[in-house]
Amino acid sequence: MGLLYGLIAVGLALIFGLMDVVNFAHGEFLMIAMYVSFFLFTFFAIDPLLSAPLVAAALFVFGAVVYLLIVRFAMRAKANAGMVQIFSTFGLAIVMRGLAQFFFTPDYRSVPHSWLGGKTISIAGVFLPEPQLMGALVAILAFAGLYFFIHRTDFGRALEATREDPGAVALVGIDKNRVFALGWGLGAALVGLAGAIMASFFYIYPDVGASFALIAYVTVALGGFGSVFGAFAGGIIVGLVEATTALVLPPSLKSVGIYAVYLLVVFIRPRGLFGSM
Amino acid sequence: MDKDFAARRRRDLIIAAVLTALAALAPLFIKDVYVQNILILTLMYAALSQSWNILSGYCGQISLGHALYFGIGAYTTELLFTKFGVLPWFGMLAGGAVAAAIAMGLGYPFFRLRGHYFVIATIVIAEIGLLLFQNWEWAGAAMGITIPVRGDSWLKFQFMRSKLPYFYFALVLCSLAWFVTWWLEDSKWGFWWRAVKDNPEAAESLGVVVFNSKMGAAAVSAFLVAIGGAFYAQFLAYIDPESVMGFQFSLLMALPAVLGGIGTLWGPVLGAAILIPMTELTRSYIGGSGRGVDLIVYGTLIVLISLALPQGLVSLFSRAKRKGATR
Repeated sequence: MGLLYGLIAVGLALIFGLMDVVNFAHGEFLMIAMYVSFFLFTFFAIDPLLSAPLVAAALFVFGAVVYLLIVRFAMRAKANAGMVQIFSTFGLAIVMRGLAQFFFTPDYRSVPHSWLGGKTISIAGVFLPEPQLMGALVAILAFAGLYFFIHRTDFGRALEATREDPGAVALVGIDKNRVFALGWGLGAALVGLAGAIMASFFYIYPDVGASFALIAYVTVALGGFGSVFGAFAGGIIVGLVEATTALVLPPSLKSVGIYAVYLLVVFIRPRGLFGSM
Repeated sequence: MDKDFAARRRRDLIIAAVLTALAALAPLFIKDVYVQNILILTLMYAALSQSWNILSGYCGQISLGHALYFGIGAYTTELLFTKFGVLPWFGMLAGGAVAAAIAMGLGYPFFRLRGHYFVIATIVIAEIGLLLFQNWEWAGAAMGITIPVRGDSWLKFQFMRSKLPYFYFALVLCSLAWFVTWWLEDSKWGFWWRAVKDNPEAAESLGVVVFNSKMGAAAVSAFLVAIGGAFYAQFLAYIDPESVMGFQFSLLMALPAVLGGIGTLWGPVLGAAILIPMTELTRSYIGGSGRGVDLIVYGTLIVLISLALPQGLVSLFSRAKRKGATR
């Protein structure tokens, strides 16, 4: 479960953590991904696991478009840049929820009989649910991929440089908007992966994103902004804390543990565990 | 410059007095209960946003957890009233005091945090409060508290037959929040806050005690928001954790100030005057289908306004004036 939070948080780690842009519609990106996966299953009978790359591709386009249509302008604001980003993406989140309600109705949907759904696997006598295991695997791969991408490729360097100093970057011939549009696309594609995996074992409804979004923010901040590894560690910690809290407190209070740990960590280390910003 | 500032402040005060007087007369002409309801909510959100603006606008500490203080105001009032029979007027002040105390208690660790870490911490603490109240049996848990009807009276601040008393209270609260902001703007605190917002290190070096000024802003802001929460509870006669402490309240308090102009005297009032009627009207005229069209319209407007006017609607006025001055 922890790695599942990690998986949802990877995309956010890129957009929010590395590019330093607030995206209040992250949960809604997840919701859209789950719906895409659901409809691919219903109309074309493609299992969520197989459709994951398709969903990721769809979300890549969506993320890049959102950047070009909205976020680009929000970042241009000289005054109150932070608030403009918060509220323009928050407005976008409301629109997306409204659109989902309009086209998909508020009904709860689920993908029945997927390859992963409801199956368990036994490893050394411990039964583990297959979808979560798959989610964990994908999460690890996604993090490893992102880490490699940020630290080993020209694009990753361009991305970090653009965040640090957009003006200087323009001088050496890097198009800020292209880099950030790709970054947003990539971040959204990672959310797409998470959504595709989750579609096979979670109910899908217009507000589903909201419940995961806050935890994703906490995960990224816990690990520290600007650190891919931090977000990964944050995901694992959040999962462990949630499991432990569920043992001690009633299930309705399980998130309290996560929030308390976040507060504790930032009180001791105001930049999160591995943050550089 | 100083003379200009003093003249502007005098002008602001006169405008506010005129607006308040006009608003006070409004019920003479507006008899429709539905419209009265919208006016009450508009005034309440204007007051809340004005209070939020003190900490987040003037002092620059963006809080998206003010729902906590709103809920505490509502719960303190109603718990004292239903369990101990304390009149809401005292409960209201007690709620404000509790909220201010909590704000200062939280301020100790919170104000060390910066930027996103601070914002997320404020969201998280309000969320913890929400979950705790949802699980607190004595306070009604998730079922909430229904305020017993004891007949219309000012003493118990309870009116079933008419909405007018609520309207006047909301008007007083809104004017009070505005006046407090107006008064603080020209005080030592107001200058400290703006200095802290612009550049805390420089402010500190010039002798501003950054930490204390943040604490002061947090306490005033939380106190006023809690009064608003107490009012809302009396107005609805029913509270539950989600409806007074939910995350949406934190956003709804911030939104008018942001759309109107964050860190400005008139921003919250202007933002609320446009946003709240718009919300209510889209909800009742196109929200009835249950298909989310109201959300689409509402969200689109928020995106457009925040992108088109990053400094808020008040910047329209100052821009117009600047044009007039150059001519």
